[in-house]
Amino acid sequence: MISYQMSIFAENKPGRLAKITSILGREKINIRAITISTSDVFGVVNMIVDRPQEAFKAIEKEGMTVKLKEVIAVIIDDKPGGLDSLVQLLLREKVNVENAYGFVLESWKNAVFVIDVDQIERTQSILEKAGFRVLDAEALASAEPFHYMNY
Amino acid sequence: MYWNREAETMPMERVRKLQDTLLRDTVAQAAGSHFYGERFAALGLTPADIRSVDDLSKIPFTTKDDLREDWPYGFVAVPREELVRMHSSSGTTGRATVIFHTADDLDAWTDLLARSMYMAGMRKGDVFQNMMTYSLFTGGLGFHYGAERVGALVIPVGAGNSKRQIQLMSDFGTTAMHIIPSYALHLSSVFEEMGLDPRRDTALKLAFLGAEPHSEETRRRVEDYYGVKAFNSYGLSEMNGPGVSFECSCQCGMHIWEDNFIVEVIDPKTMEPLDEGEEGELVLTTLKRRGMPILRYRTKDLTRIIPGDCPCGRTHRRIERIKGRTDDMMIIKGVNIFPIQIEKRLMDIPGVGSNFQIILERKDYNDHMIVKVEVQREIFTGNLKQLEDLRRKIIEELKSDILITPKVELVEPNSLPKTEGKAVRVIDNRERQQ
Repeated sequence: MISYQMSIFAENKPGRLAKITSILGREKINIRAITISTSDVFGVVNMIVDRPQEAFKAIEKEGMTVKLKEVIAVIIDDKPGGLDSLVQLLLREKVNVENAYGFVLESWKNAVFVIDVDQIERTQSILEKAGFRVLDAEALASAEPFHYMNY
Repeated sequence: MYWNREAETMPMERVRKLQDTLLRDTVAQAAGSHFYGERFAALGLTPADIRSVDDLSKIPFTTKDDLREDWPYGFVAVPREELVRMHSSSGTTGRATVIFHTADDLDAWTDLLARSMYMAGMRKGDVFQNMMTYSLFTGGLGFHYGAERVGALVIPVGAGNSKRQIQLMSDFGTTAMHIIPSYALHLSSVFEEMGLDPRRDTALKLAFLGAEPHSEETRRRVEDYYGVKAFNSYGLSEMNGPGVSFECSCQCGMHIWEDNFIVEVIDPKTMEPLDEGEEGELVLTTLKRRGMPILRYRTKDLTRIIPGDCPCGRTHRRIERIKGRTDDMMIIKGVNIFPIQIEKRLMDIPGVGSNFQIILERKDYNDHMIVKVEVQREIFTGNLKQLEDLRRKIIEELKSDILITPKVELVEPNSLPKTEGKAVRVIDNRERQQ
């Protein structure tokens, strides 16, 4: 079960992020999580969105350099030690994490942790065998972050 | 395979004799112009003092400043009514210089272009798309008339409007194009945008690259992308324009037409002549122009004569790809660097896109070079580390050649200013920051 992360190459200057968010806003695409990693003058914006294929097309059409990348979205408990149980498992299995970030689904219940790893299929089966729930793109799109549910 | 076998394969001794004759005519003709009339008088020189090419050194060099000072008609050596065409240099550095032609001058120039294009493989029946500006600039009209003389069907589209260029290519089966190399690289992104592949969707087989110095690596990129053989050419408006020097099918240097020009290579500092094979500034004398003859013109272009014969059988010597203009040379921390050195390295690195820009800054009395490089869209994997590796590789490659460490900034594809004319590669902010 594969999820997609959208990665966009952007120069680190005013207006680039605004361009991305305005395209996504116009296309009514919902952003679930966003991280930005920069190397002084340029960087990569990583996003989890509800409709990755459509978002990819919209961004590409505007001439930006964008890529859909396979990542694993795994549900963890939103409580102290929740993330640790996952990371300890990855350590035992010697899976190297290139990039990771997360967002809360239901406060004090569960969260989604997104990991970008080199051996994606192997990691998935390790996680599933250990009882973790891994989300595919569709499940990720319909998962409602907590603030939508509670307000 | 020759447009004019006799002229192109003439033994060198006969070329030299022909040059002596033509030089005497040219000097006599030039003496009738205001500029050379005064110059010869000041030196006590008469046309009779110039008997052969060996006497050429008696005549002082002519510079661009001379052309500017006796502007506009000071070099004209025929009655004004004999002139049928005017051209002008791009004039990016000061007042533009103007060049005039008689009908015979245009005929001789057209013939050189026809000879050059035929040499590269263009024939009657080819469809030639001329993507250069039709204007005061010599590149457009020069190739236009040369291609017509070869017998090609000419599409005189001019520069710009990329989508229309591609449309014309596919609608009319263009087989040969005349294009600025930096624009050829840019146009590839428009092909991609339109979902077209020039190898599959056009009949292109020849590209004439001109109007700006470019590296071998850029030529290979153009050849690979378009599936063509790409030919380098050299010319300058003061010497008619294109058609001074052109590559043959060997692609191993540009034959310079010595039945039309006398070629010298000098040390730009001492102005002393250099031996064959040594790199220096090219100095040219027109041999067939009646309207506006120019003697010993300092081109400011740096090259060398390639020693030895060419396998193609043409006797006219070859000059190497232009390394740059003496004007283009950047001095950074005391190191002399030409933009083409940077281009050559960059175009050899996978992942580097089609455009780049060099910015020079001065901070605390120190020079800094910033190289902005467009990234190739296809190589992006979404990984920042990959981009950092590319940047590190670019810095290492450049450092090994230019000996200073530039700051390299990766920028998005198509974000640098696009050029449909000559590319502006260097922005020097140092004066302002002194």
